[in-house]
Amino acid sequence: MQQQTSPNLAEEKDSTRGQFLTFILDNEEYAIEILRVQGIQGWDRVTPIPNTPEYILGVINLRGSIVPILELRRRFELPSIDFGPTTVVIIVKILDNGNERTLGIVVDAVSEVYSLPLDEVRPPPEFSSEKNLEFVKGIATVDDKMLILLDVDTLLGDGSFRQLNTPIEDVA
Amino acid sequence: MSSDFSEFHAAFFEESFDAIESMEQSLLILETDATDPDAINTIFRGAHSIKGGAGMLGFSELGHFTHVMETVLDQMRDGTQTVSTHVIDVLLRSVDILRNMLTAQQQHAPLDPGSFKAVLEELVALEAGNSASENSEVTEPQPPEEPPAIEEPASVAQQYEYYFDLRPYPNFFSEGIDPARFFDALSELGALEVSTEVARVPKLEKMEPETCYLRWFIKLTTDAEPEQIKGLLDWLDGHCDYDFEHIPLENPTDNEPGSPPPAESTTEPSAATASPQESAVVETVKESDAKDIATSKPSPTQATPRQSTEASSLRVGIDKVDALINLVGELVITQSMLSRFGDDLDMLEVEDLRKGLAQLMRNTRELQESVMRIRMLPIKFSFSRFPRMVRDLCGRLGKQVEVQLQGEQTELDKTVLDKLSDPLVHIVRNAIDHGIEDPDVRVAAGKSPTGLLRLNAYHAGGSIVIEVSDDGAGLDSQRILEKAQNKGLVSPGDSLTEEAIHNLIFAPGFSTAAEVNDLSGRGVGMDVVRRNINDLGGNVDIHSKQGQGSTITIRLPLTLAILDGQLVRVGTETYIIPLVSILESLQPSPQNVNTIAGGGEVYRMRDQEIPIVRLHRALSIEPDNHDISDGLIVVADVEGGPVGLLVDDLLAQQQIVIKSLEANFQQVPGLSGATILGDGTVALILDIPGLVQHHLKRSPAPIASAA
Repeated sequence: MQQQTSPNLAEEKDSTRGQFLTFILDNEEYAIEILRVQGIQGWDRVTPIPNTPEYILGVINLRGSIVPILELRRRFELPSIDFGPTTVVIIVKILDNGNERTLGIVVDAVSEVYSLPLDEVRPPPEFSSEKNLEFVKGIATVDDKMLILLDVDTLLGDGSFRQLNTPIEDVA
Repeated sequence: MSSDFSEFHAAFFEESFDAIESMEQSLLILETDATDPDAINTIFRGAHSIKGGAGMLGFSELGHFTHVMETVLDQMRDGTQTVSTHVIDVLLRSVDILRNMLTAQQQHAPLDPGSFKAVLEELVALEAGNSASENSEVTEPQPPEEPPAIEEPASVAQQYEYYFDLRPYPNFFSEGIDPARFFDALSELGALEVSTEVARVPKLEKMEPETCYLRWFIKLTTDAEPEQIKGLLDWLDGHCDYDFEHIPLENPTDNEPGSPPPAESTTEPSAATASPQESAVVETVKESDAKDIATSKPSPTQATPRQSTEASSLRVGIDKVDALINLVGELVITQSMLSRFGDDLDMLEVEDLRKGLAQLMRNTRELQESVMRIRMLPIKFSFSRFPRMVRDLCGRLGKQVEVQLQGEQTELDKTVLDKLSDPLVHIVRNAIDHGIEDPDVRVAAGKSPTGLLRLNAYHAGGSIVIEVSDDGAGLDSQRILEKAQNKGLVSPGDSLTEEAIHNLIFAPGFSTAAEVNDLSGRGVGMDVVRRNINDLGGNVDIHSKQGQGSTITIRLPLTLAILDGQLVRVGTETYIIPLVSILESLQPSPQNVNTIAGGGEVYRMRDQEIPIVRLHRALSIEPDNHDISDGLIVVADVEGGPVGLLVDDLLAQQQIVIKSLEANFQQVPGLSGATILGDGTVALILDIPGLVQHHLKRSPAPIASAA
């Protein structure tokens, strides 16, 4: 078993590897570069904002800043589920036209931190039907598991989103 | 350029742009009073310091240009160059060139030599046109000054004559030493005579302003004992070589009657300091005037001592100030959180705690006010550009206008000030372009050929009010009405008050200018002005009398960061309505609620019917109940008439800290921001005009009409 879980120091300094936080959404495992993750917190009430897309649940007070909270299921046009004890909010740092913004995304559950060799990250495969893969930076495989690398910078964008669902066959 | 110097670039640019501002203002002053010595000196100093900095940083074109300016200015200073309108003109254009050069240098953009060649040639022509030799070096030392009018007490104490030969080290001034204080101290002890040797002072171009080339010979007649005098010399150690001797006098000598001290010399004490090197120590350029103080104009107390050890102001990066303001905002929130707990506790047990909390609230409030004031700047930073602008406009349009500025010291928040600039410029341009008539038209109307443009600023309540008035032609209501009808803004049958007609000029796309010139009249101006000012939380109005003139009044909040808010509850959510927009609140009675065709609702309030906006609908929130009479109506003051906002409950009124939604999210229509309540949750601040406009557009809006 070559499961690469917690990185050791040698790997940290290795610039050919990257560290990623993974989370579960609708039985898929997604990954975010760890450097973009500012924190993880439990779900708490938000202040709803009118005139915003449904996937924007509202805003919260994060240490004095107003931070929007986005429900990733809705963003990917997946059915919502009830928020439960494992529901977490991952606070991420995104870049929007060079501006840094902070955003919280609601996911089903948080998974692990992986250290992955960067050359193992492949570009997302073309699908048969036209699907907008603007949220996906790439695909990686860990232990027969497929990780979908999320491009967080696109989450707030106003490009219209088309479905990213259909479980992808594991090509490995 | 060596990388060591790049950190100086930012400071150089900042200071140079400031210097250019002062130079420009001084040039305008010179136009009205060609002998004002301060103005000339201010301009000269500005050019000189820019030249010095440019030289050090390797900006050769800038340095060369400024050098030529300086030469002309020097001639003006010593009288070999007359200060004529033409000269001022050339210099004003030179200042513009300087600005462009600095901007180009700052942005690393290439500068087209052709752009300043013409002006440069004119400057050279001015310089050459004077037969007097360039007086770039002031080498004659002043004759020993008369001693100051410190009267010697008629005593029989032993008198001494002290002689000092002070030879300061070159870095004397950069050590922060102010010789004036020494001379001051000496002059208080007795009759002081100082003469300065300036032989070592190099030509102006080569001179380093921070380097001391001087040597002083001082004679002091006093009854102070040698020990005392020697003590005064301690401060010289390590900075200055000196010789010092004293001669006891046989008889107490009579004092030479001192000349009246130059009353107006600001930081320089009396006439003791005979250091005429104009650039070395800033304010001494008035030296030559000191004796003629009666005839010279009183000096404005502007001369800032360059080597002053106490700075009266300092440059602070705005990010530091913003960070401080944020922290204070957090403090306010924390303090209000604590206060809430204090309210619930048993009074007897925790009286001290409550006292402490009350004290904390006072301290926090004061701290916040102090900190907010840091970002306040006097409005003169905005007003100051107008004399020049008006002058240029008048030149182009052939009009004559006098500009009066009042209330320049009125302060407002820097961000408000920055955003106010463009609207003000447009309003002033309008006034000159369309308001004030040509001189002959004015004379025909019985007015003086010179029009008057007045800018006034003052505080009123929690706002700042800015007025731009002109004594021009005023608004032509007839033309405006016609134009509005043509554009379909007004239906033929409508009757409007004069004021309503005047307000039409703020409508988008409106312009009655017969021709569109590049200054104004394109019709995109006034509505943008109104929108910009509304965005700042203010409003703009116009009052005009045809034939007499117009006054535009802008009202702005003093600060953008905090506001007094009324908390209201709609359903489970709390919202903030700016208190300044609220006229009153009332409990609606069912019989006064009416529906009108199209689905809109109105409430009959005294003698008018006001439209109702159901906030729960506008905000997509489930309210407590849908019946208007079960809720409360907050009557808001909106353009076009009062509007009733339906809420479930009124909560507290408090001062809130405005937090931006855009920092992490985006601008949301209907909201002007957010805040954090005492319990840590986020409450949204409602943009009432935006909400009302949006909501009333959807369902046909009844116009508030008098019964």
